[in-house]
Amino acid sequence: MGKFGVILFHTNTSAMQAEAVLIRAKQEIKLIPTPRELSSDCGISLRFDWDYKSEVEALLQRSKVDFAGIHPLSI
Amino acid sequence: MIYLDYAATSWPKPKEVWRAMSDFMENSGGNPGRSGHRLSISAARIVFNAREAVANLFHVSDPLRVIFTANVTHALNLAICGILKPGDHVVTSSIEHNSVMRPLRALEKEGVKLTVVQCKTDGCLDLKAWRAAVTPGTRLVVVTHASNVMGTLLPIKEIASIAHQAGALILVDSAQTAGVIPIDQPAMGIDLLAFTGHKGLYGPTGTGGLVIGEGVDPSELRPVVRGGTGSRSEYEEQPDMLPDKYESGTVNSVGIAGLGAGVRWVQSIGVESIRAREEELNEQFLSGLQNIPGITLYGPPNQEERTAVVSCRVAGQNVSEVGLRLDDDFGILCRVGLHCAPSAHKTIGTFPEGTIRLAPGIFTSPDDIRTVIAAFKKASKPHG
Repeated sequence: MGKFGVILFHTNTSAMQAEAVLIRAKQEIKLIPTPRELSSDCGISLRFDWDYKSEVEALLQRSKVDFAGIHPLSI
Repeated sequence: MIYLDYAATSWPKPKEVWRAMSDFMENSGGNPGRSGHRLSISAARIVFNAREAVANLFHVSDPLRVIFTANVTHALNLAICGILKPGDHVVTSSIEHNSVMRPLRALEKEGVKLTVVQCKTDGCLDLKAWRAAVTPGTRLVVVTHASNVMGTLLPIKEIASIAHQAGALILVDSAQTAGVIPIDQPAMGIDLLAFTGHKGLYGPTGTGGLVIGEGVDPSELRPVVRGGTGSRSEYEEQPDMLPDKYESGTVNSVGIAGLGAGVRWVQSIGVESIRAREEELNEQFLSGLQNIPGITLYGPPNQEERTAVVSCRVAGQNVSEVGLRLDDDFGILCRVGLHCAPSAHKTIGTFPEGTIRLAPGIFTSPDDIRTVIAAFKKASKPHG
């Protein structure tokens, strides 16, 4: 696993929904406190493997999971 | 002891429910979604799973449209007070519970125009009178799915179609039917569905919610409580997105853990089979009671027009006396009186005395019903 990406949400309910969708799709993910430099919209964000960015994005869109943005994680 | 008060709350609860609550307390007690640590995330996951279970139960595709509230009364108040403004017209039936009547009567004093359509003496809706009451100026119609007094079912699909033709929204109180009668919210055309967690869904008290249909724009529904949501924390204004707009303050997460388990348990049996079983019990119950001299039964005689809630009176005895005797002498627990629905009792002609209400549930057996019928045969004779 190389670089991480992070998905931001408007509400933690969407973060939980995203987690359920991505776990079912066997993606390696983890819910983390939202990095302060990105946003404070919702306290929980989802960290994922940046190599799978397009798959993850497609999975969320297919399941109609609303998210606020996708960013590479600088750390 | 025979518990026949499922219409007030179901008892006992399945072990899955209280185990889920105990497990939540022991292993996931964080504030759901407020913090990012493992206990907070674990709690949020459990709340989300319950939200998804409720959405599945009502055939709703977006779990974010499930709003958790303290109970069905709270959900009804949110919908009624959140939609209606002075000058708006609202239509309801005469068999509603006070959880609908009281907020409507309060809004009436503030300038909302209220029409209460008189139901027939068995509680059934007079569709002709209903059609005449719902006009193009009507903003909202509020109806119970089934009466908590005599079990009468209202024709929701038809009521929804009449409402939509007039451009009105429909709010349904499913306190007596969620988990007992199959509910497909989109197919039935229900815009707003209020439910309780502690009756037919076998969860704990303190749980319930409002499911906002796809056809409702959340900008039409004002929140009645505002506050912290764990989102948009830099703003002092309430956020617009679901479910946060209507879920300020920490939700009853331990209760919701139990509710989620209850809904999954109900789904594992299947609402259709629960309904079939209750119809059989009710058939046995009504046919047994109607042969006892001095007993008057209320509500429609046909099974398909009612739930398994039996309201009756014993000639020459007041209902509280009979209720006490059933409890003391026979260990039969039921509810007597007005059941928080004075208008329903006026409709069926039992106001202000009320009725004896016998409401079986999933753990009631045909043997229990036989015992209760035998007890009524004795109790219907005066003391002495």
